Amino acid sequence: MAKGIFKSSLTKKYTMAATGLFLISFLVVHASINAMIFFNDGGKTFNEWGHFMGTNLIVRTMEIGLFAGLILHIVDGLVLFFQNRAARPVAYAYEKPNASSKWYSRSMAILGTLILFFLIIHLKDFWLKTRITGLTGEKHVFVNGVWMENLYSEMRLVFTELWVVIVYLLGCFSLFWHLLHGFRSAFQSLGWNQGQYGQIIAFSGDAFSVFISALFASMPVAMYLNLVH
Amino acid sequence: MTTLKYNHVVINNNMENGMNLTLKVWRQANAEAQGQMTEYKLGNVSPDMSFLEMMDVLNDGLIRKGEDPVTFDHDCREGICGMCSMFINGEAHGPNRGVTTCQLHMRSFKDGDTIYIEPWRSAGFPVIKDLMVDRSAFDRIQQAGGFVSVNTSGRTLDANAIPVPKADADKAFDAATCIGCGACVATCPNGSAMLFVGAKVSQFALLPQGHPERHDRVENMVKQMDAEGFGNCSNIGACEVKCPKSISIENIARMNREYMAANLKG
Ligand code: HEM
Ligand code: SF4
Ligand code: FES
Repeated sequence: MAKGIFKSSLTKKYTMAATGLFLISFLVVHASINAMIFFNDGGKTFNEWGHFMGTNLIVRTMEIGLFAGLILHIVDGLVLFFQNRAARPVAYAYEKPNASSKWYSRSMAILGTLILFFLIIHLKDFWLKTRITGLTGEKHVFVNGVWMENLYSEMRLVFTELWVVIVYLLGCFSLFWHLLHGFRSAFQSLGWNQGQYGQIIAFSGDAFSVFISALFASMPVAMYLNLVH
Repeated sequence: MTTLKYNHVVINNNMENGMNLTLKVWRQANAEAQGQMTEYKLGNVSPDMSFLEMMDVLNDGLIRKGEDPVTFDHDCREGICGMCSMFINGEAHGPNRGVTTCQLHMRSFKDGDTIYIEPWRSAGFPVIKDLMVDRSAFDRIQQAGGFVSVNTSGRTLDANAIPVPKADADKAFDAATCIGCGACVATCPNGSAMLFVGAKVSQFALLPQGHPERHDRVENMVKQMDAEGFGNCSNIGACEVKCPKSISIENIARMNREYMAANLKG
């Protein structure tokens, strides 16, 4: 399989696109569940969903796939990055890159690395605590006859610090630019760009990038400003 | 690598009221030599000159002074052969869109301008001398599959006898306008040749004559492209902006589809 993935420039592109779209599908699920905090029910619905995601066997198995997909995306991205640098060994004395392309399209590796830094902090804040070290706040809550981890209170605790909120906003900002290029790019890599379909994909990609990044960003902000109860 | 060497040469021709320009030109004696940007002052340049005529005037002056003229590729000087290849003021084929260097005119510049003139930069296009690069990698990619095999012994078919849907014919024609200049590679931050290869693959894949060999074609051309050291496409899209024939990156998407189909078939 590894040979198939890295066989040629194009198979590397397919892998990048497939893992990128897979990560996008994860973002949709992740953002939807997190948005439950906006029900303003003291985190009840959100905690129920968090409990389901944390205990359901199928979801837990998919989590392994998610990490595998992320690692493949990163490794493939780095391989492409270094190959592409090697393909341009001598720089121009004078170059006007902005005349023909967007800065964020040329900065996918840097934006991806910023996302990765954010992910490490983010995993330490939540994933590590729920799965391994245990929550730091109000640990458990009794919902509908079941004791479950109180992820909602953990979120409230994490987002009391301004610098944490700022780090999360920077993460969302990096994600926005990464997706602004990445969404349409993935479809192009898979060969889905013809005439008006290309325009529909481009528009959907832009709208999705704005929406998903703003939705994620609104969560730490709303918690910090005590806008959710 | 791109150290500036100041070599003030003032060349005047006899034209009245022309522009005075400062040219910074990449000079490199041969493929192995260390090159550098070299500065020239050129006076009385007519706005009606083409860019290559301006280079001719520079070279005329250099020859008269007993210096080595600037080597650059050119042939048709009317935008159809794809030989001219200069990276002018930070852009392949200069500041305009949809034109080759030979179709660029000095009226696009103004008196007192400094103009940077560099060769295409890419691992796949090594510099031969000054502004001339070796683009034979493109020839080898073409030879790997950019053709249709036809039986030429006797009763050949008239190509016009084969019906082709108009929409396909138009797309194939658009792809076929690629002149193989390499501006796409020169512009791409990844030094990728995928616009060129995408155009060549599309040109045949869209037509009935190209169908029978389509899978081998795309596999072999992509394989050769990778072997030549070109980079991977990141869908940045700079190539289609600077392509003198405005070839669309939809052709890269088509190549991606063709290659996927070829691989799924095994
Ligand atoms: C949730 C997180 C992420 C999502 C949703 C995501 C999504 C995407 C998508 C859709 C693409 C376009 C694929 C294509 O061009 O075919 C892409 C490209 C890319 N991603 Fe990510 N990505 C994420 C995280 C990362 C991380 C952590 C890194 C690296 C450290 C990274 C590095 C890259 C690079 C280098 C490219 C460009 C590859 C190329 O075409 O040359 N990404 N990403
Ligand atoms: S695709 Fe355009 S830029 Fe590239 S070689 Fe063909 S004509 Fe030149
Ligand atoms: S010299 Fe032929 S295209 Fe410019």
